[in-house]
Amino acid sequence: MIEVSGLTKLYGPRTAIQDLNFTIKEGEIVGFLGPNGAGKSTTMKILTGFMPASFGTAKVAGFDVFDSPIDVKKNVGYLPETPPVYLEMVVADYLDYAARLHDVPKAKRKAAVQSAVERTGLSHVSKRIIGNLSKGYRQRVGLAQALVHDPKVLILDEPTVGLDPVQIIEIRELIKGLAGQHTVILSSHILPEVTATCQRIIVINKGKIVAQDTIERLTSRMNQGLVYHMEVKNPSASGISALKSISGVKAITPEGPKLMIEIDPNQAEIRDRLVEAAVQEKMGVLEFSAEKLSLEDVFLQLTTVDQTVDQTTPQEKNV
Amino acid sequence: MSKTCNGKVWAIACRDLKTYFASPIAYIVIAGFLTLMGLMFFSNLSHFFVQQLQYKQFGMGKGVSLTEGIIRPLYGNMNVILLLLVPLITMRLFAEEKKLQTIQLLMTAPITIGQMVMGKFLAALMLVGIMLGLTLVYPLILFIYGNPDLGPIFTSYLGTLLLSGCYVGMGVMFSSMTENQIVAGVLTFAAGLLFWLINWLSQFAGAVIGDVLDYLSIIQHYNNFSQGILDSTDVIFYFSFIGISLFLTHRVLDSYRWR
Repeated sequence: MIEVSGLTKLYGPRTAIQDLNFTIKEGEIVGFLGPNGAGKSTTMKILTGFMPASFGTAKVAGFDVFDSPIDVKKNVGYLPETPPVYLEMVVADYLDYAARLHDVPKAKRKAAVQSAVERTGLSHVSKRIIGNLSKGYRQRVGLAQALVHDPKVLILDEPTVGLDPVQIIEIRELIKGLAGQHTVILSSHILPEVTATCQRIIVINKGKIVAQDTIERLTSRMNQGLVYHMEVKNPSASGISALKSISGVKAITPEGPKLMIEIDPNQAEIRDRLVEAAVQEKMGVLEFSAEKLSLEDVFLQLTTVDQTVDQTTPQEKNV
Repeated sequence: MSKTCNGKVWAIACRDLKTYFASPIAYIVIAGFLTLMGLMFFSNLSHFFVQQLQYKQFGMGKGVSLTEGIIRPLYGNMNVILLLLVPLITMRLFAEEKKLQTIQLLMTAPITIGQMVMGKFLAALMLVGIMLGLTLVYPLILFIYGNPDLGPIFTSYLGTLLLSGCYVGMGVMFSSMTENQIVAGVLTFAAGLLFWLINWLSQFAGAVIGDVLDYLSIIQHYNNFSQGILDSTDVIFYFSFIGISLFLTHRVLDSYRWR
């Protein structure tokens, strides 16, 4: 549904995003995660056809954002950081206007507005003036505006920012409910937000993709402590293969004296056997620890470490 | 295809026109306009009556016609008032949308920049049209109590509408250049006045440049209209002026995407 390759955007001498590559399949909900100023909004603006990229290509719903922006815009619903609502308008009139701008034929407009109002829980305020609504409701009106023409792709820039906890949960539920019918990209700098709604996350920092993976993989890898680190004095090939032969060990990545040991999460406790084998092989165990990283730490790690830690499995099937 | 295009231009134009009436802008501008116009009309009319009486008293014939005595000065004055008021109407068109970032709705909707510009232009022009429509009461009064020429009234309205179109065109353009409504308004007024007075320089410039400056003066082209003369060169001038300002607006908005 969305194919991005080599996407780069320069603002004068400053590089906003650099060489982004990713694909998003139909019906997926993908989260863009990154600190403020990482390039999330820039990427989204390019995907909506709001502004062109400096280099690289992006295809949305089969159309190139540069060559056929109008076709792209027909298939995209976009909620910018500040909802683009006219404060003096009545909710229903505003949505009707948005529907008109998005080619919804006259005969279907009323139903489209009605359905957008219902899906975003605006029914009881649809006759009110947007300027008199609370921030949470304005955000919903912005979301309804993105939904009103029933687009294939929804691009939501920080959809829950500035909302109270109850509203946040409501908006998240709403977004989750869109899975399957729409392809959704949402951006956030808050981790729980992404874990709560998205199937896959793309972590961006300083304009580069530092990781993209399914939530399941990242959490199972990181959150449940299924990676052990062993530091040894003399790492030998035979020692490593001995460790590998223990059932339950999925992979071992040696980095000098440090061994990163990935474990099958369904296996019983095997830590003592790992240490035993290492001692038998005379590798000289210096340190042994389990990685207990929450995604929050991973995120911090991914976005503070400069080098690109790419664990790309973008085509991986969602569990 | 063209039908849906018109639909979107119309959608934008109607929404913006409604916005004028959802805020005090339209009411204040219309009230101010009609107050000043009423004052002008009353003073012109009184002056005309006094003149007529003097002519009769001294047996100097019929004196000036209604067209010369009332209609020409009235619509001439109207153009000055519009020069002041149109910038107040047009200044918010794009500047406000840029400031509040609602322009993102337009920029990410499947509409062309041309449709956007046309919609905004028509919205402001329609409001000016409503203002002009309300002044029809003055010729109506003249028709009830006198027998004015229909031709000059018609061409005065047409000329005024075209001249206002030029102000609106410049207003749309300056509004697209800034987020600040005041800046847009002041620039529009200054540019309008500049194009109004530009022929003052013509007598000091050379023959060719002088002619060019004369031609560029937007008020120079109104003279024929005020006398009831419909000259295609004037109509073409006004349409070109509007066309160029809208084209420049298009370029400005297009470049905005590239920044």
